[in-house]
Amino acid sequence: MSDNLLELRGISKAFDGKTILQELDLNIKSNEFVTLLGPSGCGKTTTLRIVGGFEKPDTGSVIFNGEDITALAPEKRHINTVFQKYALFPHMNVEENIAFGLKIKKKSKEYIKDKIKYALKLVDLDGFEKRKPNSLSGGQQQRIAIARAIVNEPEILLLDEPLGALDLKLRQDMQSELIRLKNELGITFIYVTHDQEEALTMSDKIVVMHRGLVQQIGTPKDIYDEPCNAFVADFIGDSNLLKGKMLDDRLVEFLGERVICVDEGFGKNEPVDIVIRPEDVEINEVGKGIVNGVVKNILYKGANYEMTVEAGGFDWLIHNTVAYPVGSMVSLYVKPFNIQIMKQMDESEMILDEDMENETYE
Amino acid sequence: MVKNVFGRIYIGLIMLFLYAPIVVLIVLSFNNSKSRAKWGGFTLKWYSELFDNSIVMDALWTTLTLAILSAVIATVLGLLGAIGIDAMKKRNYQIMLGATNIPMLNADIVTGIALMLFMVRFLPLGFSTMLIAHITFNIPYVIFSILPKLQQIDVSVYEAARDLGANSVKAFWKVIIPIIKPGITSGFLLAVTMSLDDFIITYFTRGAGVNTLSTVIYGEIRRGIKPEMYSLSTILFLMVLIVLVMSNRASKKQVK
Repeated sequence: MSDNLLELRGISKAFDGKTILQELDLNIKSNEFVTLLGPSGCGKTTTLRIVGGFEKPDTGSVIFNGEDITALAPEKRHINTVFQKYALFPHMNVEENIAFGLKIKKKSKEYIKDKIKYALKLVDLDGFEKRKPNSLSGGQQQRIAIARAIVNEPEILLLDEPLGALDLKLRQDMQSELIRLKNELGITFIYVTHDQEEALTMSDKIVVMHRGLVQQIGTPKDIYDEPCNAFVADFIGDSNLLKGKMLDDRLVEFLGERVICVDEGFGKNEPVDIVIRPEDVEINEVGKGIVNGVVKNILYKGANYEMTVEAGGFDWLIHNTVAYPVGSMVSLYVKPFNIQIMKQMDESEMILDEDMENETYE
Repeated sequence: MVKNVFGRIYIGLIMLFLYAPIVVLIVLSFNNSKSRAKWGGFTLKWYSELFDNSIVMDALWTTLTLAILSAVIATVLGLLGAIGIDAMKKRNYQIMLGATNIPMLNADIVTGIALMLFMVRFLPLGFSTMLIAHITFNIPYVIFSILPKLQQIDVSVYEAARDLGANSVKAFWKVIIPIIKPGITSGFLLAVTMSLDDFIITYFTRGAGVNTLSTVIYGEIRRGIKPEMYSLSTILFLMVLIVLVMSNRASKKQVK
């Protein structure tokens, strides 16, 4: 037996002949905060529903504590879910909502009472026992949904885009609230979101998914600093995505320039994708960088300026604390270790733009 | 301003044509005179004669039994039907919705004759055929009362119940049923009123010697209108009114 709390082995799932998940493998350890991240339709919610028992995979198995629970009904799993739209029972008050799972498990009245008190305190809503769900704000409903799930002492708490319906400020408050809760409860969280910032802030481990496939698994820092392909690079944070050719170890060519980098082990003249983060592009006097260009656009973003510089036939996105006026001539430079080089993805896999636009309109 | 005036005229006309005749009927049922034109003082004579009339009392009993029984059975079947329709995919869903709508819009006389011709082949006409007929025309009303409530339910509410340890049966009884209860109640009460005030379908599917209030009234009136029939009609009207008000209250509960 391994030390994994949950293992997904070769999970595939299709709806109406449309493949949603392909041979998904995923291991989750006890007490981890794991985030499934990806654009809509990437299979993240389906994965969560398979763990919760609401969908059966077409192939593959779900192993929980070393036991195969693939066919186990949701009510028999030591896993609880916080649903996207909270799914509180509208005909019950807060207290009855929280007590629902405990009553079914035939816990004593005193036990239930204590649990309700404890849970409401934990989510900072004591005194709300008799309120009806529809008299609560979105953030309060969300916290009741969390309280209702955790009183059952699950080993894994599943959260399906729980903050999606909240406004920005509330969302940020709830993010730190969730991290606090997780540390206090010491249980495993599996969190689904399409919001990369949320994922980077909260997770111990991020699973980036796209088109039913896991693209990359790693810590937030791994994923941001060392994206394994162009999709991950583009989905997580802003980036400049260039096509290039590896001339030799530590020497890459892009935009017609030969540039020193730190990557090794690619074939000679192998075509590659190159990712450069906007904050890693340095602006120098003309002639003192890799390529010369002209500032086309500048936006004040509070903490820094966001500039577009056309250089070498490519529009560079640049974050800098110094403003360069539109029209000024500059030269761009990138330190070798800030140049991320990745094997090229199939063209067919590069559909992210349209996917991500759909996401914003949801 | 003009809108307001027209609104008032409209309401006035409705009151006049719909309710004035009923008010006249009710007033006449307390009239101590056989004349329809003269007020002979207040009396409960027609009501007491009515209650002494065994044909009328039998019919009252039959009407109530029929209404309650057919409404209960139609509510159970309609609930199952609504759940099934709600779970259907788009195409079947539209077909079933249409199939449910047609009996409601179909002319009662067609429904009545059709049911009679169909059932007479294997059942003697009587209470049982009336009951089947009433269940049949009640089911669509129940379905259309429950379906909207089912559609308002977020599937994840049911899944949340499962997630919290309820098996499918428990999740259904403890979560789905309470949420759609106002729809079930109003569907049931609507079915009661539909059964109470049906005449045409009842007339065709009843057997000899079995009467409901509406068929008794019809039968009596053919022999000349007696004041007792005014009181009987008043009773029927009040029964329907009471159940209808209850039904409206039940469906309003959900909105709150």
